Amino acid sequence: MACGPYWTFVVKCRARERRARRDDPARDNERQVGLRVQLEGRQLGCERDERWLFQALEFSIEDGDLCRVEGPNGSGKTSLIKMLTGQLEPSEGAVLWQGKPLPKARAAFHGALVYSGHLSGVKEALTPLENLSWYQAIGIDDDARSVAACWQALDAVGLKGFEDIPVAQLSAGQRRRVGLARLHLLNRPLWILDEPFTAIDREGVAALEHLVAEHCHKGGAAIVTTHHAFSSVAFTRRIGLDGHGGHHVL
Amino acid sequence: MSSEGGHSWARAFRYTFVRDLRLRIRHGSEWGSPLIFFALIVTLFPLATTPDRTVLVTFAPGILWVAALLAVLLSLDALFREDHDDGTLEQMLLSPVPAWLLVLAKMCAHWVMAGLPLALMSPVLGLMLALPSSVFWVTALSLALGSATLILIGAIGAALTVGVRRGGLLLALMILPLYIPVLIFGAGVVRLALDGVDVTPYLAILGAMFAAALALSPWASAAALRLAHSG
Repeated sequence: MACGPYWTFVVKCRARERRARRDDPARDNERQVGLRVQLEGRQLGCERDERWLFQALEFSIEDGDLCRVEGPNGSGKTSLIKMLTGQLEPSEGAVLWQGKPLPKARAAFHGALVYSGHLSGVKEALTPLENLSWYQAIGIDDDARSVAACWQALDAVGLKGFEDIPVAQLSAGQRRRVGLARLHLLNRPLWILDEPFTAIDREGVAALEHLVAEHCHKGGAAIVTTHHAFSSVAFTRRIGLDGHGGHHVL
Repeated sequence: MSSEGGHSWARAFRYTFVRDLRLRIRHGSEWGSPLIFFALIVTLFPLATTPDRTVLVTFAPGILWVAALLAVLLSLDALFREDHDDGTLEQMLLSPVPAWLLVLAKMCAHWVMAGLPLALMSPVLGLMLALPSSVFWVTALSLALGSATLILIGAIGAALTVGVRRGGLLLALMILPLYIPVLIFGAGVVRLALDGVDVTPYLAILGAMFAAALALSPWASAAALRLAHSG
């Protein structure tokens, strides 16, 4: 191969560049600034079976916001959450992440988001530890690149001692906790949680409430749908859907 | 960011690949079933037709290829279904890693567990169909290449039908027409080898179909998954 030495040279240069970038303190600041939360809904509307669940919904979520989405069953809470996470195209209007419409800002937005939906997102045949290390890998999170981080996250959700037991053998609440361990594991500014308290016991609920409040206090943001009354935490924003096409934003 | 990104993409690919292999191995029956299906069909043919070796050998390429094609088709329904049901699929679509890369990792794992074993088992079944040992290698090679192509093409259909309950038949109807060229040239490779003719032109066409599917299918499947998931 005539081009062998050239490629060795290129590879070495790239490695050097990478090292330099990793050691550069300015880059860390840049990343922090780059990951500011700024999620906006512009004239959002959701139509299901020729019925408008909500229309002309306007809001914005920024650093430190704790937002609650409330409304009766079938009022479109989950549809709204799916639009905000980019899983569902809005019937009208747009969702903007840092000023850019979602499809364009997808990679950056998903790099800043932890989403927990109705489904636990946990593989039953794998152990909690294997589940989390996979999430770490597909989350490309630089700050949590070790098995130790997975152990800590499991410890934080009260699953110490269950690391190597297949998830299929855990209870419903424990499975849910494995999914929620991602909040500890991935260092992301925006949390979107759809009914996070399902199947979780009283201490777990208190711990999760505390965790969400602390996250927002530290400058992160969270959007939560729940019927559960937060006992200790004040919401800075509320989006109420009435199920007949109306809404109010506080 | 690009070189750093490349490194973590490779890591995401590797972890998804290993995760899928692990899942398949733990669900023993799931990865064994295409293989058993393949062996059963091939075994039934000599019983139903004739044990005459000269007749069997003329049908052997077709029998092996049709059985392998159906075995792959049967296995495809499970490719995304479980991930869709337990919510890991939506998490994959919400990952900063592009979805096509994770989908490709899943396809590779699927090939290792459901495509490659078919190719490796073909000499044994070929023996049963009176294939001469001189064409064993070509048969295995054509099946290895062909099953990868079949999985890549079929994944698009599997992705589109992931939200449909009992989408297996729909998947077959959608995908079978696309499988026909692969079947013609795949079985053709074995037939040429039996005739003692140079197989490279047919193998090259099979390779070209694989390359085209590899280039298009991950993107198409990822887009189809997004579409099916948002419905």
